[in-house]
Parts: sequence; structure tokens; C-alpha cells
Amino acid sequence: MSATDWNDRICTLGPFEPAPGDGFIVCRCVEITQGDVRRAVHDGMFTLHEVRRLLRCGMGLCQGQICGRLVRGIVAKELGVSPTALEEVTARAPMRPVEMRVFGSEEAGA
Amino acid sequence: MSHYDMIVVGAGPAGLSAAVQAASHGLRVAVFDENARPGGQLFKQIHKFFGSKEHMAKTRGFNIGTALLQEARDTGVTVVLDAVAVGLYPNREVVVRAGGAVRHYKADAVVVAAGASENTVAFEGWTLPGVMGAGAAQTMMNINRVRPGKRVLMLGSGNVGLVVGFQLLQAGCELVAVADAAPRIGGYGVHAAKLARCGVPFYLSHTILRAEGTGRVTGVVISELDAQWRPKSGSEKHFDADTICLAVGLSPMNQLLRMAGCAVRENGDVLCYPFGETSVSGIYAAGDAAGIEEASSAMIGGRLAAIGAAHRLGYLDAQTLAAEQARLEGMLQSLRQGMFAPQNRGKAAQSTDEGCPLSSSLLGQGYLRDDEIANYPGCKQAKGVHPVIECTQNIPCNPCQDVCPKGCIRVGANIVALPVVDKTATCTGCGLCVAACPGQAVFLVDEDAEPGFALVTLPYEFLPIPKAGDKGTALGRGGQPVCPAEVVRCKSASAYDRTSLLTIRVPKEMGMRARFWKGGAA
Amino acid sequence: MRITEHPILDAPAYGPLVPFTLDGQAMEGYEGEPIAAALKAAGHTIHRYTKKRHCPRCVFCAIGRCTDCVMVVNGEPNVRACVTPLARGMRVQTQHGVSARKEDTE
Repeated sequence: MSATDWNDRICTLGPFEPAPGDGFIVCRCVEITQGDVRRAVHDGMFTLHEVRRLLRCGMGLCQGQICGRLVRGIVAKELGVSPTALEEVTARAPMRPVEMRVFGSEEAGA
Repeated sequence: MSHYDMIVVGAGPAGLSAAVQAASHGLRVAVFDENARPGGQLFKQIHKFFGSKEHMAKTRGFNIGTALLQEARDTGVTVVLDAVAVGLYPNREVVVRAGGAVRHYKADAVVVAAGASENTVAFEGWTLPGVMGAGAAQTMMNINRVRPGKRVLMLGSGNVGLVVGFQLLQAGCELVAVADAAPRIGGYGVHAAKLARCGVPFYLSHTILRAEGTGRVTGVVISELDAQWRPKSGSEKHFDADTICLAVGLSPMNQLLRMAGCAVRENGDVLCYPFGETSVSGIYAAGDAAGIEEASSAMIGGRLAAIGAAHRLGYLDAQTLAAEQARLEGMLQSLRQGMFAPQNRGKAAQSTDEGCPLSSSLLGQGYLRDDEIANYPGCKQAKGVHPVIECTQNIPCNPCQDVCPKGCIRVGANIVALPVVDKTATCTGCGLCVAACPGQAVFLVDEDAEPGFALVTLPYEFLPIPKAGDKGTALGRGGQPVCPAEVVRCKSASAYDRTSLLTIRVPKEMGMRARFWKGGAA
Repeated sequence: MRITEHPILDAPAYGPLVPFTLDGQAMEGYEGEPIAAALKAAGHTIHRYTKKRHCPRCVFCAIGRCTDCVMVVNGEPNVRACVTPLARGMRVQTQHGVSARKEDTE
């Protein structure tokens, strides 16, 4: 599903209304709350890719291993769709944090 | 650039099984694992596994791990530890970070057996020290040998929550409650019953409202949920606790597979063809990375991937492949049956395949009511010593049948059938069935042992080991004291594999009610 | 907090007891065990304070995936205490944001 499929939703979703649980941290690395994610959806971020780019949840040290599912659940609920209807964020190398100095010492396999 | 016939990512049950199987067919295999020790999560599984003989049932997880590592050594598999696969590309190029460098490898087949990650749930205070995954608690106590806390609340009543909950008790922690948002206990009833008879309360249709504390967890508040899954006001319950364990499911670690472009199914799992091959030719998924199941299934999945790859690379002819495939898929199929099988997830069965009603008490409170016991074919009364098998759900498991030297117990060819006690066979009271049952659901009862008294033999896996003559209290299935009880004997034998057989003397009418023992007065 | 006897598991094969420091304080733990285990055994639960909200964190996954337990070890930040083996003389520091506090001794 691409972002454009949801273009008309910005009208139907309505403005962001605070809700219980908005203060809960969902991304433990970057300290993003449930409210931050909900607000992003109401601001027009209808895909997990966009939410990740905007809020950086999923770009911390754990690379989304802890928050990925939680963020998906929140975005889906806000959009009123099933969590599985949302396309998974792109998985890219490196899968785990790698220090720049290690990346700098790239070798052919030994 | 180094080249291998097969590269395996992950040295857990699936990965190691894939590697040893492939190596046995002559493939040159390398296994990369990010951990300092191989075995994945097998070495923290200290309970006996379910299944049948071919699945190594009644063997403890860490012993299966040890056997698998020995097999890896015997087959000459190279396991590279502290090596993180950080990238996987469609042409079977694997990028590994090891030590202070990033290296590139190629292989003709790649098996991704990266395992799973624990799901979480957000609530107020869940970032406090003391809130952790159930798997984290298991690692701490069974690998690092440190108690995760003194008083623990478990969120989640699936098998992980139940098994880790019991292991917390074995490690000397107090389990204040098991809570679950679902209205029914999610894991095996026999696992729940082990906790219930120790007195652990279950709170179904409950969730955590908040963790309390500033620098660390000091308490937890749970609340009942209404039909719309909203907390019911006024239903809050507070527990003093220093630890909250989250056992709310697992998700496949399939990022590497997705990175390589492997197609995914609608539920987000990677699409797998026979042998676990993905949509990208030569890349296989095995174990939890392919889809969440048990370690026993993961090991078979790993072997299937290996034979698929071995055939593809020309190491295994079509005929041998077909025979091996049939054998392994048969093993897998026998585990994928019963009410907890992947295809039956989310279905709330009301009765067993045999037509026995499922106990609502077992599903709601974690134990069978005394008046329900007679509903099941393993719980018939008989003269003299005889097994009482409180196994009331269709789960794939049959060691009780296998170990009985007298043929008293019959499960039959279909290993999910409820065990039936044959009253015409002569039980000698050897107790092998009691020790073998991975669900600790088999008891020996002798209501004719002494005038007015019954002897009850139960599986016991706690310290200190009771001694003959110890006075205490017999507890019922729900953990409630039912009568005073004296220890007659406590037997340990290597065949029991660290499960002691505790025999207690109780008044005759308590023979079918006493199911646990606690030292001292009630 | 250490489990000295267990009904199922044999006694662990510990390495030698070695000294290390936590924020300059003398500590002891078994060589080769995860830093987090040595800290937990000593009753210490706070590994770091987060960057934005300065909230305390400790071990969450214990298998090196969540990175909540990271600390400054021998001057290097973001070291996962749950999987990094303890070594003699290690300088472990509470991590504040992405570094140790200047006022905390190494």
C-alpha cells in the first residue's frame, strides 16, 4: 500500500485528539511516545516508512526490534485498518549498529 | 571473499540442525552467530520438551543443545561466534561484522535461522528497571544464574509465560500472579496447572495499568478488561513486586530475509516453499525466523532446509531427498497437530478430539476442579497403585506411553490423543511416567496402601528435596491446603532426569485431591 | 541475588572472581559473566539514564538486542552490558545519554 492510497484520509481522520496512553513511551531508544506516533498519523504520515523517517522510531540502537510492532499497532488503530494491512518498513544493512570505524575497515571474507 | 556451499545465520536449534544435516551430506558449511556461545535460546530451556521419541521428547532443552553441539563438532561444522550478519543480498552474499571488521562472504545456499524477538506491550512505567521480557528473566536465572527479582508478576499466559513462571519459582523467586488480557489461558493447561498447584493466581481478562516506582519497579497495578478490552474502573488490583515479565508473544526475526527481497505473506511472515526456500532462489528460512513455533519444530525445519539445499547443490539425489523429506515432514506434521497447532491458533475449542469437555476451570484458573477429573480417560480410579494422568488437552506428546514398561498407558499412533490408563494392566509403581511427563501431569495414587490412608506420588522439581518423615501440608490442584501430609519417600534416579518423585501419605479421601506438598503447617 | 543452588541446573562453571569498577567504585564479579550479571548480583539496577528524559534503564531483553542496558565500558559508550563479558579491571560507568558524566570517575 502506498501513501497515496490514503490521501483522502487526512479529512476523515479528523484533528488529533489527546487520548489516554499518549504519554507511554513506545520507542525505548529514541523515546518516542504513543502520542507522538498518533499525532504523526493525524499530520498525514500514513505509512510506517514515513513515521520512521519523521520520528526516527526504529532508527535507534535497537533498529526497531522493540518498537516496530507497537508502532505498527498504533498507526493501524489510528487509520482504522488491520496491522497486517500496513507495509513493513524497509530492512536495510546494517541490521545492527556498526561503528563507523568498523565500517571503515571493510575486508573481503577471511 | 570467502565462499561456502552453505552459510547459516544463527546457531540456535534451527541453524545448528541445518548445518549438521548439510555437513553430513558433504556440504562445506559456515554458521555465523552474534552471540558468544552457540545454541541460541536452547540452553536456557531447562524444562523437558514435549513430543515423541523422534523429537527427543522428555529431554530438557539444554541437553538437546549439548547433543546438537556435539553433532556439530562431529560433522566438522564451523561455528563463528560473535559474528553478526548485518546484511544479506539476493545473490546470496552475506555481510558479517566480526571483531573490528566487516567481511563479505558468498554461498550457494543461505539459511537464515535468526530466531525471534519478544513482543512487548506499552504501559505506564514499562521502561523502568525491573520490567523485562520473560526471555530476559530466563536468561538471567538459567544462564547468568542471577535472580531477576524477588517478587515477579508475569504478563502473558502462553507457554512462554507459564514455563518461565515455573522456572522463576524453581530459581527461588515468588510469582505473585500471572495476568493475561485474553479470557482463556493461552498455553498448555498442564503448564498452568504446575503453577496453580504451587498457589500462583491467574488473572485472565486483565492487563497491566501501570508499573510503580521511580528508580525501579516497586509495584504493579492490573485491571480487569471489559468486552471492548477497556479497563473496568474499580477493578484495579495492586501487587508489591520488583519485577514484571512480559510474555506477550514472539515475532520472527526476518529482517535479513526481507532485506534480500524475500516475499512476505499477508501476516508478515516470510513466504516459504517446501524446504523453507523463500521466493529468492537459494535463500532458505528455518525455525522461528520463518514462523513462530517450538524449538522441536525448528530443528526439523533446519534439517529440511539443509536437504533442500544439498539437493540443489548436487550433494543429494532426488530419491534420497524424497525419502528424507517424507521422514522429516512426517515428524513435523506430528508436532503440528492438536488444539495448539499453528492452524488452530485463535480457535477456542470446547472439547477434545475424544469428546471430553475442556475444563473451564483449567482455562480460567489454571487447574482442574476435583469434580472434573473423572471426565478424562487418564484419571480413572483403580485398585492398588496406578497412574492418574491429568492431561486433558490434545497436545503432541507421548512419553508416558513410551516409558511404561507394563503397557498401562496408551496414547496410540496419534500423539495428540489423550492418554488412556488401561486398568487391566498391572502398574508396578515404578514412577517412570511421573518423571517423564513434560507437563508434570502424571501422579501415582494408591488408595489401598494403608488402612485409611492413600499414597500420592508427584513430580517434584524444587529445593530442598524433602526427606522421609518430613511433615507438611498437601495442596490441592488450586494450591489450597487440603490436609496434613507426611513424606514417605523422595526418590531421585538418573532415569528421572532431575525430577524427584515425592511420595506423601494423606487421608484416603484425599488421594484424588492432593497434588502438591509444602513443608510445615498450612 | 545469585542462585547458588538449583533443582535442575548444575553449579555454574564460573571464572575467577575479578575486580572491576562502577563509576569509580570497587566491585567484584566473575570473569566472563556478562557485566549485567555482576551488577545484578550486586543489587545494582540502573545502567543508564536516557538522553531526552533522563529516565533510568536496565536490562530488558538480556540477549543483546534491545540495547537498553548499554553502559560506558573502558571509556567506550553504548556497550551492551547484558552480553559483554566481564574482564579484570574493567571500568564500567553509568551512561547518561550517550556518554558518561564528567563528574563520574572512570
